[in-house]
Amino acid sequence: MSITSVLSTLWETSGFYMLMSDWRQIVMIILACVLLYLGLVKKFEPLLLTGIAFGMLLTNLPGSEMYHPELWDAYIAGTIRLTDIIHDGGLLDILYIGVKAGIYPSLIFMGVGAMTDFGPLLANPKSLLLGAAAQMGIFVAFLMAILLGFAPNVAASIGIIGGADGPTAIWLTSKLAPDYLAPIAIAAYSYMALIPMIQPPLMKALTTKQMREVKMEQLAPVSKKQKVLFPIVVTIFVCLLLPSVAPLLGCLMLGNLFTESGITDRLSKTAQNELMNIVTIFLSTSVGATARYDRFLNVETIMIICLGLLAFEFATAGGLLIGGLMYRLSGGKINPLIGSAGVSAVPMAARVSQKVGQEANPSNFLLMHAMGPNVAGVIGSAVAAGFLLAIFGG
Amino acid sequence: MSFGNAVIYSLLGICVVFFALALLMCICLLILKFAGEKPAAQSTPAETAAEEKPEERPLAPGSAGDVKLYDTDPRDAAMIMAIIAEELKTPLNELRFKSIREVRE
Repeated sequence: MSITSVLSTLWETSGFYMLMSDWRQIVMIILACVLLYLGLVKKFEPLLLTGIAFGMLLTNLPGSEMYHPELWDAYIAGTIRLTDIIHDGGLLDILYIGVKAGIYPSLIFMGVGAMTDFGPLLANPKSLLLGAAAQMGIFVAFLMAILLGFAPNVAASIGIIGGADGPTAIWLTSKLAPDYLAPIAIAAYSYMALIPMIQPPLMKALTTKQMREVKMEQLAPVSKKQKVLFPIVVTIFVCLLLPSVAPLLGCLMLGNLFTESGITDRLSKTAQNELMNIVTIFLSTSVGATARYDRFLNVETIMIICLGLLAFEFATAGGLLIGGLMYRLSGGKINPLIGSAGVSAVPMAARVSQKVGQEANPSNFLLMHAMGPNVAGVIGSAVAAGFLLAIFGG
Repeated sequence: MSFGNAVIYSLLGICVVFFALALLMCICLLILKFAGEKPAAQSTPAETAAEEKPEERPLAPGSAGDVKLYDTDPRDAAMIMAIIAEELKTPLNELRFKSIREVRE
């Protein structure tokens, strides 16, 4: 064998040579680098966006063979079994099993639950209505997606972007429309990071200065017994109402119980730190890996990104409108700005309510009041996801 | 799926979400009502009489007063007050703190 043929073989088996075969691979590598820039430099949800972008980079490097969407297509079609994927798949295929089985989003919810204080929600249970109103964006985006010709299961997955809750969006999409996982996850996390830019113009447009200036009374204290009872009772009632939501809500409330009980501190710390971090790495890289050039670069992805933005806008508007209604019904005691925090995105959306409220009245402190609708939004989006799964998952 | 059906599903979905969270609101209200901290048990007349006559102690020459804390940990508040007293070179019991509030950017 001559040196020329050796060099030629080396060149033809290299990724650089394979990269020339389809320009879309280069576009995806550039896109992954842009997302890495947004995550690492601009700090847009860096914990998740960095992993997603790197997963996207790995899957689009020709010859890396880390993720095989065709294997998953065959698995969904029933022609191969999970053991075949474990045998023939790459590293990211194996990590993706946790996404497909809905394990990672639920475990992340356990960590979220352990970190969440439902005290503000318990102190002001009316916040739950604001959390429900902010789910309007999910259903408006669903309708728009249907109008644009998406299949109902895909439209439902697009709609859930409006829940502004990454794990919920990934959980539902992995079950209803796994082919669309990457654009939906990227849209959900990107818009969550952009909430400080998306929400304030709407908040100012849908409220008057007088409304924004309202100072709310300090929240009543909540006892430990009430905080311990809350996750248990909520799990029983909501899971009986919508059994499909049990994995997400059950894990959320279990994590919260670990923290609130005060006697399982070790478990609470593990759920909040080690477990959450490990699962975040697995989830983000495997979700990013689904963004392969031949499936990601199409008009549908652009439509999903646009619909996701509309979903966020309508979700914010829904919370603000019900907030405005509560302002009137309460005789001006409720600041409607806390309604926009109903879109989940804990605690970013609550911080935005605080910031806009303080711009109107520097002595205004809405943060704790906004945390109520904020955590109610987490429950609301999980309920909406459970509903959509029950209807379109059959 | 027709657009009409999609509208029906959407309305149903919003109703389910509102119903679930309204149900949770009722549950929260019940938890607040029945699982709140019970007021201290009624004391016997003898105890009441004893309580009515507290031991008379001379008042300290000034105190920090009742400080209202908003989103602030009592330990942090104590530290802040001690630092201010140190900076002003004034005994803590000669200062009056009305409230301490955490300001978040």
